[in-house]
Amino acid sequence: MALLEVKNISKRFGGLQAVKDVSFSVREGSIKAVIGPNGAGKTTLFNLLSGFLLPDSGAIVYKGRPIHAKSPHEIAQQGLSRTFQHIRLFAHMTALENVMVGRHVRSRAGFLAGMLNLPWTWREEQEIRERALSLMEFLGIVDLADANATSLSYGQQRAVELARALAGDPAMLLLDEPAAGLNMRETADTARLISRIRDLGITVLIVEHDMSLVMQISDEVLVLSYGEKIADDAPRAVQGNPEVVRVYLGEDDA
Amino acid sequence: MRTSRFIPILALLGAVVLVQLLTLAGGKAFFLTQLTMSAYYTLIVIGLCLLMGFAGQISLGHAGFFAIGGYTSAVLTTLDLAAYKENPLVAMLAKAGVLTARQDLYGGSLLSVHPWAACVVAVLLAFVIAWAIGIPVLKLKGHYLAMATLGFGTIIYSIVLGTQRFGAADGISSVPPFPLLFGVSVSGDSSLRVLNYYFAWLLVTVAMVLLLNLISSRVGRALRSIHGAEDAAGAMGVDTARFKLSTFMLSAVLAAVAGVFLTHYNGGIGPSEASIMKSVRYVAIVAVGGMGSLWGTLIMSVVLNFLSLRGYFGSFDDAVFGGILIVIMLFAPDGIIGADLRRLVGKIANYKQQNSNKSQ
Repeated sequence: MALLEVKNISKRFGGLQAVKDVSFSVREGSIKAVIGPNGAGKTTLFNLLSGFLLPDSGAIVYKGRPIHAKSPHEIAQQGLSRTFQHIRLFAHMTALENVMVGRHVRSRAGFLAGMLNLPWTWREEQEIRERALSLMEFLGIVDLADANATSLSYGQQRAVELARALAGDPAMLLLDEPAAGLNMRETADTARLISRIRDLGITVLIVEHDMSLVMQISDEVLVLSYGEKIADDAPRAVQGNPEVVRVYLGEDDA
Repeated sequence: MRTSRFIPILALLGAVVLVQLLTLAGGKAFFLTQLTMSAYYTLIVIGLCLLMGFAGQISLGHAGFFAIGGYTSAVLTTLDLAAYKENPLVAMLAKAGVLTARQDLYGGSLLSVHPWAACVVAVLLAFVIAWAIGIPVLKLKGHYLAMATLGFGTIIYSIVLGTQRFGAADGISSVPPFPLLFGVSVSGDSSLRVLNYYFAWLLVTVAMVLLLNLISSRVGRALRSIHGAEDAAGAMGVDTARFKLSTFMLSAVLAAVAGVFLTHYNGGIGPSEASIMKSVRYVAIVAVGGMGSLWGTLIMSVVLNFLSLRGYFGSFDDAVFGGILIVIMLFAPDGIIGADLRRLVGKIANYKQQNSNKSQ
């Protein structure tokens, strides 16, 4: 069953057609990758899916409900979580606090309850803290809990961002270049990690440049070029697709 | 966690009592008047500290909310409805206790709004105006938000200065006392000076407890996440627009409450309370207190407001606060109390630990 369905979505910035009439679906429990050369519209697509941009036309249906007119926080509340290509951690907060914010959608203490420090909020805070710590344990960063998030190394910040995105128990995770800036070993770790996240029952949609990572873990690969879909198939089939080869390696001179 | 919040509050109450005893022993009981006024100003700046230091949203219009509170209360408690006694609506309000009869300075009889009812109206008005202004204005960021709130402050200032009903440049005087319990009231009566001092600081303490609770709650975390990276906060499910608006309204209500009580305490209010220089002063105090530190803001507020009200800054009063703002922004954007005090406390704690390790 398709958890996410994108139907004929388009987005234009002035004279640039960033995404053009793209349709695809993501099966529940699968890992799908979006690849394409720079400027192919991958990040624009992610920003459309997570509510940061409004599509000019087309529809995005998540769990059977249209979400393309919703704001980012409403989409997050429905269980669609994301990370950012350029890490966006909360400055002046510890790694643990960053992850705890990720639990926002699964907790409910408001202004009044917070100001009055009502007893039920203590239990909720406890639950948020424990959940955040167990996720940090899962990702092997529990030792960094009290460190200032923005003072961590690049790889550690990526892990904190991932823990934060997982903290809300999403049904689907959008990962925007999770291996960008990582060395080969870290990339391999990330690949294993994404598979483990899928094994937790979380559907993953990933934008990635690292081909070995994409081919290794993806169930399906969507290829974009100049905003248009040129292939949407199993990794093997995509690798053999002449159109994809042409886009990636250039025209044959002969 | 919870005890660590409890101890500073006890220390604050202890300091409040200690200061009162010291002024008594030193024969400086008149200091309490300025300390009481400082308490009300502190109420504004700790609310502004929540908005600026935690949610990361600036307001250069908070004197406007103070004025909305103060002027609403002043107008309602000084108007005279005696001529309309026969009007069924007025009669009904009088019967319900919303209106109250009292004597003016010359022995004439006045029928005006009861201070409690006026206070409710004043706070509700500030609440509604903050909501109406906040929705469009909080969409702006940085300089643009600063300018928009400055515009709001300017409008309120022009209104109070240009309206005859608000006393124009003279403001409103002979505002009656605000009755509390057991015959005690908020007023400038020197026999009530000590009680008024305690009431004002009790109000600050209660606000402090509520705000300290808030910043260490889920909401406080969400506010800091908005400050840290607003788009990412949204992606984590934080309704950033609603949280910013609620914080703005909460700080506006605190400013209005301060306006109401200070107006009754002083027996009047003038347009200078709505001036831009007042708003700048509040921002300067939050900045010098360390932006994200409620305690730093409280301490700097008492010190600076007290010195200012005692006239130590002379005719350079406003210039001092402008100067503070420049110096802080240049040399200590984290405030002079915030980071350094925390580092100092950390050092002392480490030193103690090392000593106890050695002795083992």
